[in-house]
Amino acid sequence: MSAETQNPIVLEISGTGADYPASLFAPSRLKITPGKTTSLLGPSGSGKSTLLRFLAGLEPLPPTIKLTGMPDVCKRAYMTQSVRLLPWFDLRRNAGIAFELREEPVDQKVVNAVLADLGLERDAGKYPAQVSGGMAQRTALARTLLERADLNLMDEPFAALDAITRRNMQDLLKSRFAGSTTVLVTHDPAEAVRVSDEIYILDRAHPGAPATISRHDNTAGGDGDPAEALYERLKAA
Amino acid sequence: MIVRALITFFGLCLFWQGVVWLFETPPYILPGPLLVWDALSSRPELFLRHGATTALEIVLALILGLTAGFLTGVLVWRSARAERWLWPLLLASQAIPVFAIAPLLVLWLGYGLASKVTMAVLIVFFPVTVAVVEGLRRIGNYWPEQAQLMGARPGAFFRLVQLPASLGTIGVGARIAAATAPIGAVVGEWVGSSSGLGYLMLQHNARMQISIVFAALFCLLLFTLSLYGLVNYTTRKLIFWTDER
Repeated sequence: MSAETQNPIVLEISGTGADYPASLFAPSRLKITPGKTTSLLGPSGSGKSTLLRFLAGLEPLPPTIKLTGMPDVCKRAYMTQSVRLLPWFDLRRNAGIAFELREEPVDQKVVNAVLADLGLERDAGKYPAQVSGGMAQRTALARTLLERADLNLMDEPFAALDAITRRNMQDLLKSRFAGSTTVLVTHDPAEAVRVSDEIYILDRAHPGAPATISRHDNTAGGDGDPAEALYERLKAA
Repeated sequence: MIVRALITFFGLCLFWQGVVWLFETPPYILPGPLLVWDALSSRPELFLRHGATTALEIVLALILGLTAGFLTGVLVWRSARAERWLWPLLLASQAIPVFAIAPLLVLWLGYGLASKVTMAVLIVFFPVTVAVVEGLRRIGNYWPEQAQLMGARPGAFFRLVQLPASLGTIGVGARIAAATAPIGAVVGEWVGSSSGLGYLMLQHNARMQISIVFAALFCLLLFTLSLYGLVNYTTRKLIFWTDER
């Protein structure tokens, strides 16, 4: 499915429901452009991860929320902050586990190529307990990449990593997922600016109030630092 | 660990022998460890013969109990209907003391191997079933959700994710089974048998040959500890990732 022929995926929130999770959101709209990376930012508990789970189909949609533009057959990959590799398999098998779970033949050449691309070829035979958090995270990224999903959903995937590893992972995300539809939940304005084509912010009047989803204009900072402008915007959220 | 175990063993023997010397207990009440060693070393073939019977009962019970417990656990985990029907029966089976049903099992299955093995299986079966059910239920949401998104086949998911994830808990059940299986076998031998360490204990207890009773107990202890060690080693080797964390 090519990005050019796809319609945007739109989550339309028509009202605030009485029950969770519909009570999290105020009437607003989230538009995900095919082939682009969209970041979601907002305070903790504002519903970023819940939106991602709606998109993944892991959470049933409340009557106040409508999802349009999602293809009937849409392969989705979902990467979270906690990597949770399977500790009984080495990194190579962890990377290609989706093929084994579907009982499809695993193309070891492709798996090895992706692992090499992420700098994991020398450690591919190691078990998760024998590698660093960064390597485990790269393995999870390899797993997501190998899925070649129509929609990549990432929930704070690099939040637990140190600054250098995090930066490397952001670069990998930017380069390897270029052209694919990706939605990233993050708390980090710099990360959002660095990897995203589009940024959405979940604003709340006060903690516990329903959040409004609004698009952030990445050029709003003028000549200044866009990450700083986004940070200031988030402080007000 | 072996050194620690040997120090504890010989320390206890020393204390025991000291009590016997100090209180001059008659050998038909409490023989000292030296007398027990005499009994053991003077007739090794007796203990080997009866020990082999008990060992066979225990090993067969362990294999059957683990298999039946595993299959029942999977069934209870997989089917809510099976859980509703089987769980009360399983609980009821534990509410009845083994001693109470031992005479019935001997009556129905005879004095041979079958009644003892069944008795030990009844003891082993429940902890294994519970361990399997708990282990399979403990997987959480992450991997089932990933499997759903990946389009995983249920059989592959069970084999590659669910079962390995539950092996740690199942291993605990297997270790409990190894430690408790001898209870069933010996109780069965006490109620009715013509060989085995339980039979040996009962026969010589009646003849006031208490050193032989103690020697048989020592053989049972040695076998149980060895079996537990073997099961412990195997499960830890098999579930290597739980030690690495």
